[in-house]
Amino acid sequence: MTRVVAIVPAWNEAGAIGGVVDEILAFDPTITVVVVDDASSDETPEVAAAHGATVLRLPFNVGIGGAVQTGFRYARDEGYDVAVRLDGDGQHDASELEKLLGPVLAGNADLVIGSRFVDPAGGYRPPFARRMGIRVFARLVSLLGGQKVTDTTSGFAAMNRAGIELFAVEYPHDYPEVEATLVALRSGLRLAQAQVEMRERQAGTSSITFVRSLYYIVKVMLALLVASLRRYPRLEAARR
Amino acid sequence: MTPIRASIAGAIASLILILVVVELVRGRRLKERYALLWLATGIVLLVLSVWRGGLNTIAGWLGVTSYPPAVLFAVATLFIFLVLLHYSTVISRLTDENVDLAQRIALLEERLSRERPPPREG
Repeated sequence: MTRVVAIVPAWNEAGAIGGVVDEILAFDPTITVVVVDDASSDETPEVAAAHGATVLRLPFNVGIGGAVQTGFRYARDEGYDVAVRLDGDGQHDASELEKLLGPVLAGNADLVIGSRFVDPAGGYRPPFARRMGIRVFARLVSLLGGQKVTDTTSGFAAMNRAGIELFAVEYPHDYPEVEATLVALRSGLRLAQAQVEMRERQAGTSSITFVRSLYYIVKVMLALLVASLRRYPRLEAARR
Repeated sequence: MTPIRASIAGAIASLILILVVVELVRGRRLKERYALLWLATGIVLLVLSVWRGGLNTIAGWLGVTSYPPAVLFAVATLFIFLVLLHYSTVISRLTDENVDLAQRIALLEERLSRERPPPREG
């Protein structure tokens, strides 16, 4: 029996988190839903627990990457075989988990990322600046990682034990998705992409404000540069 | 005008700073978050060292007519202040978080000892 854990980072998402947990359990009630509460000041942890999630409460705000990694460490230490990761704001549709989990459960991929751009006819059209940013990062990661990636800013993903063990150790602490994709490729994980739709936020506000986007771009650029200079252990041996 | 030797020395020093910072990040001894300000320092000083006309112009604006390289020192000092101020805010946050962690561990240990008495030590 494959044990699956859903890792859901949440920061002040009391309005959305209950629905997120319900949807995951509706997709598959045997999944353990772990909500990592990044020191919310609202009722996020209480709401998540009331809807049946296991709640990990961080003592203070550690940022999205540190929060998600808490979930990977839980998955590693508790011996889960497969992990999926969804955002706590409800933008990821749990009914699409099948597409992400399929290749992992079939043993065809170590990591499957939900991408909004695999199918060019997909419905998602972000604002121009964001679209350019997503495209530039995707090109850079494809170039440095040696495999075409279309959406590196997506937080919707599924992975097997090799992915869990990698990310439990190697996961950036802020704005993690782009760098984590490159780290996965450089560590030899077999990466696949699945076309998904993402919804508008259901409640709360995006953590990426205009003021922070400059820091975001510069930090990620530096991280990508440095990640391509580092050596990562190849994970062939970790695969089953 | 800035002496050419001063420009070369400034450029070399800035380049070394940039390379050292990148190497520290690569070796995981420095996080990207704390490297950015240092990199900005290195890049600004490198530009002002190499772009001699620009340094002269800025010196002119500031009324530094006798010795333009003094502006390099002024800019370097400004950045050091920024880095130090940034660190002060970081240390303050770490202090609060550290106290919070210690308190939570104390509370957790108390709760654990209630649920399961600890083995006797020694």
